[in-house]
Amino acid sequence: MFRRVVIVGASAAGLTTAEALRRRGYDGTLTLVGDEPHAPYDRPPLSKQVLAGKWEPHKVVLRDDKALDDLGVELLLGHAADGLDTLGRRVLLAGGGTVDYDALVIATGVVPRRLLDTDLIGVHHLRTLDDALALRAQLLERPEQLVVVGAGFLGAEVAAVAREMGLDVTLVDPLPVPMLRQFGQRIGELIAQMHRDHGVSLCLGTGVSQFNQVGGRVTAVELADGSTIDADLVLVAVGAAPATGWLVGSGLSLQDGVECDARCQAGPGIYAAGDVASWYNPHFGVRMRLEHRMNATEQAIAVAGNLLGDDEPFAPVPYFWTDQYDTKIQAYGVFHPDAEFQLLSGDPSERRFTATYSKSGTVTGVLGWNSPRELLTLRQLVIDRTPLTSITAVG
Amino acid sequence: MKVTIDRDRCIGAGQCVLAAATVFDQSDSDGRVVLLNSDPTADLAPDVTMAAALCPALVITVED
Repeated sequence: MFRRVVIVGASAAGLTTAEALRRRGYDGTLTLVGDEPHAPYDRPPLSKQVLAGKWEPHKVVLRDDKALDDLGVELLLGHAADGLDTLGRRVLLAGGGTVDYDALVIATGVVPRRLLDTDLIGVHHLRTLDDALALRAQLLERPEQLVVVGAGFLGAEVAAVAREMGLDVTLVDPLPVPMLRQFGQRIGELIAQMHRDHGVSLCLGTGVSQFNQVGGRVTAVELADGSTIDADLVLVAVGAAPATGWLVGSGLSLQDGVECDARCQAGPGIYAAGDVASWYNPHFGVRMRLEHRMNATEQAIAVAGNLLGDDEPFAPVPYFWTDQYDTKIQAYGVFHPDAEFQLLSGDPSERRFTATYSKSGTVTGVLGWNSPRELLTLRQLVIDRTPLTSITAVG
Repeated sequence: MKVTIDRDRCIGAGQCVLAAATVFDQSDSDGRVVLLNSDPTADLAPDVTMAAALCPALVITVED
C-alpha cells in the first residue's frame, strides 16, 4: 500500500483526489503541489460569474482554510513542477527542491494555446483566476471593440458576458459555425443565431492572419481573407494544450496529454486525472482526454480508488455544459463530428429541446437546450448504448 | 446528518439526483436542485457524501 502520495496540480482534479483518498480512509502523507499562489479554486465560473462581476473572486475557492487544514495535506503552492524522476520516484520543482513519492497523481491540467505575437498589450488569454480578473478589468474600461478569437466554449461564453455588459463584440473562428467541434453543424447554427440575436458580430469561416499594433498595443485583427476588424481588446480562446512540458524526458508517453490505461495509470505508481489525462474509456471503446469540469471530479475519484486497490476501469459517460446569455446547453456522452443529429423533444424555435447524437445507429450523446431535468433521464440512452431505431422522436 | 444547499450556485447538472435520488431532486422550471430531505438517515450517508463530492458547482454541504 502507498504511504506517500504526491499530487501535482492543485485544482479541481488534484484537490478531489486528495479528498477522495481521505474519505476512503487513506492515512498516509499527502502532498499537493500547485504552480499558482492561490488555494485550489474552481474554473468554470471564471468565464461566467467572475468575468461578469456577479461573483466576488473569493467565491471560486473550492475549500476554505479549515477544510484544507482538516484534510491533512501538505500544500506546496506557488511551486511549479519542473521534472519527474520515475526511477528515483521524485518530482523536481522549479527553482530547486524535490518531493519524494510512492505514488504520483498528475493533475496539471492544460495551458491556453497561443496565437501569433500575443505579447501585445490588449491581447488576453483566459485560464487562471488572475487571467479572469485582468480581462474583467479591461472589460470595465469599456473597450470600443472586443474581438474574441475562437468560438469554442470559452470564446462563446466570454462573447456572451461582454455583450451583456453592453460592449461591441466580434466573434471570429475559422470554422463555419461556433462550437462545431463540440456539437456539430445544427447546434452550431443555433448558437450562431443566438449570438446574432444578442448583437454579436460573427466573422466565421476565416482564420486570423495577424494582429495589427501601434506601439505594442493591439489595434486590429487581420483575417486570412485580408479584411481587418478594429480591436482595442482581444481574447484569444483557441483551445488549450496539456501541461506536460515538465514530463518531457520522464519516460511517460505524452501523445495528447499523459497517456494512461483504462485505470488511469500511466506508469508504475503513476496516475493522471483531469484535463491532462488521456485514457482508454471502455464504455465508448475509444481513448479520450476531456477538458470538462465534471470529468476532473469523476476521474479524480476513480484514481483515488485505484490507488487504494480498486483496480477498476474508468468508464464514465462524460457530462459538460455551457451557459450563454440565459441559455444552458448540457450534454452527456460523446459527439462525433460525423454523428447523426436527431431532435428528440421540444422545439429549437421555442429555445427548449433535447436531441440525440448517434453513430452507426447507436446513441452516443444526448444534448439538452434549456432542458436540464429531461436531459438527466435521457442520459440512460447513452449508458444503455440504445439503438436509434428504438427511440421515438417527439419533436 | 444535516444537508444544506446553496441554490444560487446551482447549475442544474443533476449529479446529486443521480447519486441520491431520495434526498435531491431538480426543479422542473430551471433544473436547479430541490432538497427533498435535509436530515437524511445514516444509511444514506455514502450517497449524500458522494452527491456533495460530485456536484460540479459545490452546492451541497453535509454535516455529521
